[in-house]
Amino acid sequence: MKSLAELAAIREKMQNKVVIREGESATRVVVGMATCGIAAGARPVLNAFVEGVAKNGLTDKVTVTQTGCIGICQYEPVVEIYEEGKEKVTYVKLDADKAAEIVEKHLKGGKVVEEYTIGAITK
Amino acid sequence: MIRTHVLICGGTGCTSSNSLKIQEAMNAELIARGLEDEVKVVLTGCFGLCALGPVMIVYPEGTFYSCVKPEDVPEIVEEHFLKGRPVERLVYHEAKEENVHHATSLSETAFYKKQKRVALRNCGVIDPENIDEYIAMDGYQALGKVLTEMTPDEVIQTILDSGLRGRGGGGFPTGLKWKFASNNRGQVKKYVACNADEGDPGAFMDRSILEGDPHAVIEAMAIAGYAIGADEGFIYVRAEYPIAVKRLEIAINQAREYGLLGKDIFGTGFNFDIDLRFGAGAFVCGEETALMTSIEGNRGEPRPRPPFPAVKGLFGQPTVLNNVETYANIPQIINKGVEWFTSMGTEKSKGTKVFALGGKITNTGLVEVPMGTTLREVVEEIGGGIPNGKKFKAAQTGGPSGGCIPASLIDTPIDYDNLIAIGSMMGSGGLIVMDEDTCMVDLARFFLDFTVDESCGKCTPCRVGTKRLLEILDKIISGNGEMEDLDKLEELSNYIKSASLCGLGQTAPNPVLSTLRYFRDEYVAHIVDKKCPAGVCKSLMQYKIDADKCKGCTLCARKCPVNAITGTVKQPHVIDTAKCIKCGACIASCKFGAIYKD
Repeated sequence: MKSLAELAAIREKMQNKVVIREGESATRVVVGMATCGIAAGARPVLNAFVEGVAKNGLTDKVTVTQTGCIGICQYEPVVEIYEEGKEKVTYVKLDADKAAEIVEKHLKGGKVVEEYTIGAITK
Repeated sequence: MIRTHVLICGGTGCTSSNSLKIQEAMNAELIARGLEDEVKVVLTGCFGLCALGPVMIVYPEGTFYSCVKPEDVPEIVEEHFLKGRPVERLVYHEAKEENVHHATSLSETAFYKKQKRVALRNCGVIDPENIDEYIAMDGYQALGKVLTEMTPDEVIQTILDSGLRGRGGGGFPTGLKWKFASNNRGQVKKYVACNADEGDPGAFMDRSILEGDPHAVIEAMAIAGYAIGADEGFIYVRAEYPIAVKRLEIAINQAREYGLLGKDIFGTGFNFDIDLRFGAGAFVCGEETALMTSIEGNRGEPRPRPPFPAVKGLFGQPTVLNNVETYANIPQIINKGVEWFTSMGTEKSKGTKVFALGGKITNTGLVEVPMGTTLREVVEEIGGGIPNGKKFKAAQTGGPSGGCIPASLIDTPIDYDNLIAIGSMMGSGGLIVMDEDTCMVDLARFFLDFTVDESCGKCTPCRVGTKRLLEILDKIISGNGEMEDLDKLEELSNYIKSASLCGLGQTAPNPVLSTLRYFRDEYVAHIVDKKCPAGVCKSLMQYKIDADKCKGCTLCARKCPVNAITGTVKQPHVIDTAKCIKCGACIASCKFGAIYKD
């Protein structure tokens, strides 16, 4: 180790990887991973969220986690996003591409992707 | 892409209850399920809740699992990691009762709520065998800071101002030690040493720090080296701590690879390296002069002080010798500042102290609390109280060098000076809890038996004196004691304390003196009534059968290994006390509570 900059670089790189152990952040992305969700393709969706969050440098702000059956199996894969002080947003019938879009527009840009929400589908 | 971290405790406690098998099973199951790229398994240091091991915690949810068995692994992987449903039956019961599942609220459970983890901050959080994880937690920042921004004198002043005192037992101000050793920097060969020869029965905080966060100690020793002008360090660690030794070796090698040990650290021209030395299990080698003699390759025996190690230490050169837990505090004092550190603790005892809770207590394990926390808070709240509805009788702090704290003093705020004032001492931090079934004379005898065994024999007061003390205690316990023996105990204890060469002898009589001070009536009961009130001392009690309660089931007669119980079916049985060896097998077998100790 010849300089503090080298140390800082390792620290930077590693912090993203261990930040998950600080517990849940203010924003939570919850993917329904019951039998119905998995059958409908929830795993690629979950992975797309994890990757998208990391790629956009949001790991310290956003926690991606799973849950059991939400009860609307016909709309799986279902993902709910909880943000502090805001109303919960429920996205339905997602796939990996839609998930990436949601990361980009909603989690990073702060704008709900209306067309994928349960409200848009059930209309 | 990793989405879940599984932290499995790899401390000695959980390892002995099979946590490595769980790690193996977990890795195999993850591969079988194709989840190995999504879930990362990390073996960490001690979480503290050793009584409920093996423990693991799953992030980001922070689900805390206790008493996990290898056969539970497939269910955890399928239900939790795949489907997102924590396995309720394995969730730590207290967390379950309080309906918390998340790490942030786990700190709200009684066991963690009053704790303040400084020395243990990375234990159970990082992989101790991966230097990158330590760096992620601000590791080696403090070393970088002192080397590039501070003069050696500023470092010493910071440690002085923090009020940090030695966590190994004596409580000597760490900064003062460093200051004494700091003269003639660059002109004299000096050493930095770490005392990891944790020998008190029931103490395991140093082991847990070395197992869970070895880099903190390495970083602190390098900081000490810079402060006093030393380029070489030794860690004297017990060979009986194989996991700690292995992780230290890995950590030292990783630090060398990164150039955080070795020549020209951070390009500042500062050189420092560390070697390990193994203790062979002699308690006296925890005493600083004996420890250094042992590092030098000689038989571990103490020598008179002064000269103190700061003046004449290892190989006759000025040496700073601190304990593991003391070192673990240092990087954070540098990083977070003196004000942060002094905001915790009491007027003369700053910061926190780690205690190893053992004995008759629900949550056996490791806890770290701010100085000044009362014994009641530690025992009743964090420790979860005494199991089986028994009453708290006393706690022993400081192991064989310390003393007992009776129930009447349970509200004493724990710090160095308060403990000395009530006749005990902080010691390294073993805290053994005793309930009403403990005989205090037997307890004093237990610790004295230990010190007699461990006395190195160099000086007469310790070698002969402690042996004579033990003989008097044996006489009392066997029912042959006389009242004048109590005076003899006290007189001899005081001679040993004042005349012994090193700390071992000077503190060896403490368990006798403190039990005499607070539980004299128990000694008197042994001598005058020839009774052991707690029913522990075998010579002073007999097993008897209550004829009214005995149903004549013959079970006890069949269990008795020496055929001391006679009687016919459905008639009360009788114990022949001449034959009875007082093994207790009959009490354990009786379903009617008819057998009692008298």
